[in-house]
Amino acid sequence: MDQTQLKIKEFLSRFFKSHDLQPDEDIFALGFVNSLLAMQLVAFVEKEFGVRVEDADLDLDNFRTINSIASLVARKQGAAA
Amino acid sequence: MRLELNPQQRAARDEFRAFVAAEIAPHAAQWDREEALPPAIVRRLAEKGYLGTIVPRELGGPGMDMITYGVLTEELGRGCSSVRSLLTVHDMVCQAIVRWGSRAQKESFLPRLVRGEILGAFALSEPNAGSDAKGVATTAEPDGAGYVITGRKRWITFAQIADLFLLFTQCEGKPTAFLLERDTPGLSIEPIRGLLGTRASMLGEMVIEGCRVPAGNLVGRIGFGVSHVVAAALEQGRYSVACGSVGIAQAALDASLAYSRERTQFDKPIFDHQLIRALLTDMIVQVRAARLLCYRAGWMRETGDPLAFAETMAAKYYASTVAAKVATDAVQIHGANGCSDAFPVERYFRDAKVMEIIEGSTQIQQMVMPRFEFPEL
Repeated sequence: MDQTQLKIKEFLSRFFKSHDLQPDEDIFALGFVNSLLAMQLVAFVEKEFGVRVEDADLDLDNFRTINSIASLVARKQGAAA
Repeated sequence: MRLELNPQQRAARDEFRAFVAAEIAPHAAQWDREEALPPAIVRRLAEKGYLGTIVPRELGGPGMDMITYGVLTEELGRGCSSVRSLLTVHDMVCQAIVRWGSRAQKESFLPRLVRGEILGAFALSEPNAGSDAKGVATTAEPDGAGYVITGRKRWITFAQIADLFLLFTQCEGKPTAFLLERDTPGLSIEPIRGLLGTRASMLGEMVIEGCRVPAGNLVGRIGFGVSHVVAAALEQGRYSVACGSVGIAQAALDASLAYSRERTQFDKPIFDHQLIRALLTDMIVQVRAARLLCYRAGWMRETGDPLAFAETMAAKYYASTVAAKVATDAVQIHGANGCSDAFPVERYFRDAKVMEIIEGSTQIQQMVMPRFEFPEL
């Protein structure tokens, strides 16, 4: 995993300490996501990676796995560059 | 670590305090009795630039920092909880649009909300849906280039005068938020009177009968109405209510300190009776602790800390319970006078109780807070 993926994994690990989350593992299918995590995840992505999550990004597929979150970050950083 | 306001924030607090002392506090009891705010005070809030202060500069707002915003809501809450309520719901709508609105929504609505040309209101609660936000029964059905909304909303703060409603529905069976303008055909609003507290908040019940809204009025995406739009608006609302609760508590404390020095029993001011001092001491410490929690939540919100959500909830939980406790003790210190509307503490007592119910009841916070400490499911 690269730095972005590792940071995402570290953040998500707070929500399921007893599970070793894999890069392509569906966090929704694991049942770990609730409304408490939803806004914290948005705030984490924005603060950690300096991007702005917008209304058009509200798609569960953008937040489904470590890799999909990392892809969202890369796209947002690329768009901002 | 410096737990104090900076010079700019202190100057802002002095300005807010002077405004509230001159134009709000002297009239709060009358507004409470009349169950309405006069249009003139709403205009004054707009003229002073106190509406939509959280809207960032790049979107046409003043971009007030979160600590100063907290101070503003505390000072308004100290003078009149209904005026504070106006700010709370207006800014919740602003925050939802800032956070999840489309570019067109931001350009169309935010400048007018900031200037106070339109007032916003938060339309979530229904006759059978309060704490359970996902349980709303109002529906939005796709229809041509837009949606048709049908349902009923109850307990909507400032519905009597609001121009723009952030409305929560079920769309395709999923929680979804829309902006609904007041002049939309099919919308009627009935005033709700006879409330316990924040009586001048001009609550209303909205009857929504086939209101047609354009697709562009959808906020966020279908299915994200509660997890993201409600969450963003309520976080803003909780912060505002937390700071407003500190304002009520401070007002109740100030009134109690003054009264206890003037009121004489057993040949000395009641201030000199030990049990009154004990009550005052608890009030002083609780107000300070609640304010510190608000400052901390404000700082975390200002810096975009992912844990600000939990901290804001803690601040709202504690500050609202402190407001209720301190206002109760203030009535106790005032004795029979405290039960009379000739003294302000009975109004603080009624207003404080409302704080424990709105923007997530005390019991909802108690259900949720421990999960932040042990979040894995």
